[in-house]
Amino acid sequence: MATALHISISAEPIFRFGQFEFTNSMLVSLLVSFFLSFVAVWFYTHRQSKSNLKLFIQTIVESFYEFVQSISPHHASQFFPLIASIFFFVMFGSWAGLLPGVETIGFKSPEGFVPLFRGATADLNITLGLAIFAIASVQVFGYKNLGFKYFKKFFNFTNPINFFVGFLELISEFARIMSFAFRLFGNIFAGEVLLAVIAFLAPVIAGLPFIGLELFIGLIQALVFATLTLVFTNIAISDNH
Amino acid sequence: MTAEAINSDAVIGATIAFGSLAPAIAIGLIVSKALEAIGRNPEAASKVQTVMILGVAFAEAIAIYSLVVALILKFV
Repeated sequence: MATALHISISAEPIFRFGQFEFTNSMLVSLLVSFFLSFVAVWFYTHRQSKSNLKLFIQTIVESFYEFVQSISPHHASQFFPLIASIFFFVMFGSWAGLLPGVETIGFKSPEGFVPLFRGATADLNITLGLAIFAIASVQVFGYKNLGFKYFKKFFNFTNPINFFVGFLELISEFARIMSFAFRLFGNIFAGEVLLAVIAFLAPVIAGLPFIGLELFIGLIQALVFATLTLVFTNIAISDNH
Repeated sequence: MTAEAINSDAVIGATIAFGSLAPAIAIGLIVSKALEAIGRNPEAASKVQTVMILGVAFAEAIAIYSLVVALILKFV
């Protein structure tokens, strides 16, 4: 009754609309978004109540706001919605890969076993999309706060050295997109591979510390993604040249 | 090199082994400098800690790049 270890680097499609493939990680990311929206709406409709859950959510959001304020004191209210959304989506998307049933419940198809759910951030498409979105938002914040002077950072024609430096800055923006995408994808996907391999090699008890490790890594990677976006935004709006 | 030689297990193991050498040293250096800074100025501990976590994430990303290459070699 030995079943093969099922590890697939790319997310498997659950169904197709012609050419468009709807993958299992897309499904989980939709569910995570619905969950976060539901929590936000619930919090808003109960914002006057004194229930413990409401106070707990308020504590978390306020302490994260203070954290954002500590890094960018003057513009925290401008950046906080984006940074907090990135943080909570990445965190819950990574933790979704640890729930029981994710990557194990699925159906058989001609290509093999297709799991119905997969951690949202364990898919390079989703992390790449998040990374493009984050770096594009940095450019938008830079333009919003500095106007067209922001783009002088990249196209600096005063002298050849500055032109080269500006060109390198442009390249490094694209390098940041790849770095964001692969850092998050590599961490979460490697964690899923680790958990799958441990499950096949050792009894269930042996997997518990690694699930704890994955919880921690999901939190830290979410924090790193959000904090790096915030730091790059700070650099973008600071005009000290 | 033939396709079999590139995908052999030894090459995959060597990819991740060499790829995590420098990030491991880098993370050790970053954390040791952060600990020195905290020891000299305990009041700035939380600021130093935030920057340290960021630096460690940058250094670890390099190890993750080589891990992704190893995973691609193994599973694709």
